[in-house]
Amino acid sequence: MDATVTTQNVSGATVPVPMPMPASKVAARGVNVHYGAKHALKSVDIDIRENQVTAFIGPSGCGKSTFLRCINRMNDTIASCRVTGDLRLDGQDIYDRSVDVVQLRARVGMVFQKANPFPKSIFENVAYGPKIHGLATKRSEFEEIVEKSLRGAGLWEEVKDRLDDPGTGLSGGQQQRLCIARAIAVSPEVILMDEPCSALDPIATAHVEELIDGLKSDYTIVIVTHNMQQAARVSQRTAFFHLGTLVEEDDTAKIFTNPRDERTQGYITGRYG
Amino acid sequence: MTDMSVPAAPASRHTGPEARLRLEKRYASERRFERYGMAALSFAIAALFLLLWTILSNGATAFFQTHIRLEVHFDPATIDPDGKRDPAAFRQANWAAVARAALQEKFPEVRGRLPLRQLDALLSDGAQIELLRMVSADPGLLGQRREVWLLTSSDVDMIQKGHSARDVPEASRRVNDAQLSWLDRLAAEGRLEKRFNTRFFTAADSRQPELVGVWGGVVGSFLTLGMTLLLAFPMGVAAAIYLEEYAPKNRFTDLIEVNINNLAAVPSIVYGLLGLAVFLQFFGMPRSAPIVGGVVLALMSLPIIIIASRAALRSVPPSIREAALGIGASKMQAIFHHILPLAMPGIMTGTIIALAHALGETAPLLMIGMVAFVVDIPAGPLSPSTVLPVQIFMWADNPERGFVEKTSAAIMTLLVFLLLMNAAAIWLRKKFERRW
Ligand SMILES: Nc1ncnc2c1ncn2[C@@H]1O[C@H](COP(=O)(O)OP(=O)(O)OP(=O)(O)O)[C@@H](O)[C@H]1O
Ligand SMILES: [Mg+2]
Repeated sequence: MDATVTTQNVSGATVPVPMPMPASKVAARGVNVHYGAKHALKSVDIDIRENQVTAFIGPSGCGKSTFLRCINRMNDTIASCRVTGDLRLDGQDIYDRSVDVVQLRARVGMVFQKANPFPKSIFENVAYGPKIHGLATKRSEFEEIVEKSLRGAGLWEEVKDRLDDPGTGLSGGQQQRLCIARAIAVSPEVILMDEPCSALDPIATAHVEELIDGLKSDYTIVIVTHNMQQAARVSQRTAFFHLGTLVEEDDTAKIFTNPRDERTQGYITGRYG
Repeated sequence: MTDMSVPAAPASRHTGPEARLRLEKRYASERRFERYGMAALSFAIAALFLLLWTILSNGATAFFQTHIRLEVHFDPATIDPDGKRDPAAFRQANWAAVARAALQEKFPEVRGRLPLRQLDALLSDGAQIELLRMVSADPGLLGQRREVWLLTSSDVDMIQKGHSARDVPEASRRVNDAQLSWLDRLAAEGRLEKRFNTRFFTAADSRQPELVGVWGGVVGSFLTLGMTLLLAFPMGVAAAIYLEEYAPKNRFTDLIEVNINNLAAVPSIVYGLLGLAVFLQFFGMPRSAPIVGGVVLALMSLPIIIIASRAALRSVPPSIREAALGIGASKMQAIFHHILPLAMPGIMTGTIIALAHALGETAPLLMIGMVAFVVDIPAGPLSPSTVLPVQIFMWADNPERGFVEKTSAAIMTLLVFLLLMNAAAIWLRKKFERRW
């Protein structure tokens, strides 16, 4: 699983390393997304591997968020949005009629770009998911889940004495970690993060990155980021999107050192974006 | 400008006399705008104070009513000739005679039918009712003599309050010279006094201005508005939730939306006509009943509540909805656990404004017969009643002088209720408001 650390050199020749293929958790084949007449995502094929961090990079408006939101069907809330193609979670078609969206979103959690805690207490924020999914019934069970999730999100020490304070009263970075705690409280299998650090300072960002690194042993993580260093630091796989197409997807080290496509090369070296 | 000037110090375009002039102009226009605003505000405040002052100066006296203190002999021979001490018999007794006896004792020199009638006229019919009430409450009074404050007639009251002039020819006065001299004698003995008018807050309508009260109207308004709230709030909020969250956006829902906006602007009397045609004539519901008034006012308030609720729902940040859906809340859970609580202050403010509107509504209620003369406090939503604004309308329409102050006093009562409702709106808003 940690076979990805083989190529750490930022420049120079790359050594293609054969590694055991981790199972693919999410698989997309020919996924197209339209917003009304706008063709936002064009025939995307990708395998997102289990227990790895996959980073989506690409210039603004290229469809990263759109693809991310396909995976937990958050796009359903947009009336004009139409998704076609084959998108599977553990081999099961996400867009099949038989799929229950509520259950899907319990399995595929999401952390948004802007921290959006509920205007309720810290405790309630984390306990809400387990409550609606019926994962706990007794107060003690909730307390256990809340503590575990907050520890998982690296927030426990900071808030353990004020769990009844409003979640909106935390700092931006704390709020974002609260949102991560809220997402992992329902024990999802996949966590989607849409630019989770875009509003955070470097210290808070480092915090979250550390967290992501720790989480990957239990979860499959997809993270959208505009920060190349971040992608390089936290991810094992990187996918580069451009103008609605998935240009290439490969080991992070390879993308950042020896991309196949010149558009990727141009983007990561900062020639456009 | 050509660029051949000295390139030494590039003169800023934001300094110098020209720039100062531009700045001056900007400030001047800002000051002008401020003055307009202040002028408009002062005018509004002045108008408001004029209105309040008029109402207060007209109506303040209504809260006190002139009384005469007389020694009353509760004569068993008149009140309880059979000696059975039966409350039913008390009611049949000749209380007018008891009151007259008390007056005659005070003015033994008055003789003859006409002067006696004039003497009687000093007291209100309400005095007899008061005497009856005293004896019913305490039959032990029978046979005793007591000093009692008895209510005067409205004509006397108006003279005492200075609302009717004394110094006009006797023929154009409702109180003649003899009566005036009696009053002066009573006043000199300290037997004439303005006492607090509790009846005004406990009684319902009456033909005599000294006997009227607003309580009937208040209870009627309360029952009517309660009905309105019960119907309009859940229906309005449910409709708003459906339209905002569930309804597909198509021609049909657009049509509904346009119609709701139009309904909010329909004159209220039209709702009254609707109530008359549908509820009274078609469904045969009772006339003058708060339940019908409530339904009519609910129909009238619905569009306002729906529009306010939709605006409140729409103003909840979409990030909250995404957060809820993102961890697998169903649509209904997202709405009821997160969106609705955040929208509640706005919804409640809208509802209370709609209700305050309904509280002051008269026209539609006239149509369904709530303009009736009701002397009893309404017992329930089906009993005939009137409401405060209609009560005001009826009193204002009455030519008797004594009703003028009662009208103003009733308006004050209505204003107090409106203030209370608005205070409640602010309080609820504060209580339920959350930051996000
Ligand atoms: N709700 C929507 N309705 C219509 N078009 C949309 C909607 N959301 C996104 N789009 C369009 O789809 C395209 C892809 O948008 P998307 O949000 O996925 O970009 P992104 O890669 O996440 O960009 P960024 O890095 O700026 O977040 C854009 O051209 C955008 O204008
Ligand atoms: Mg995005």
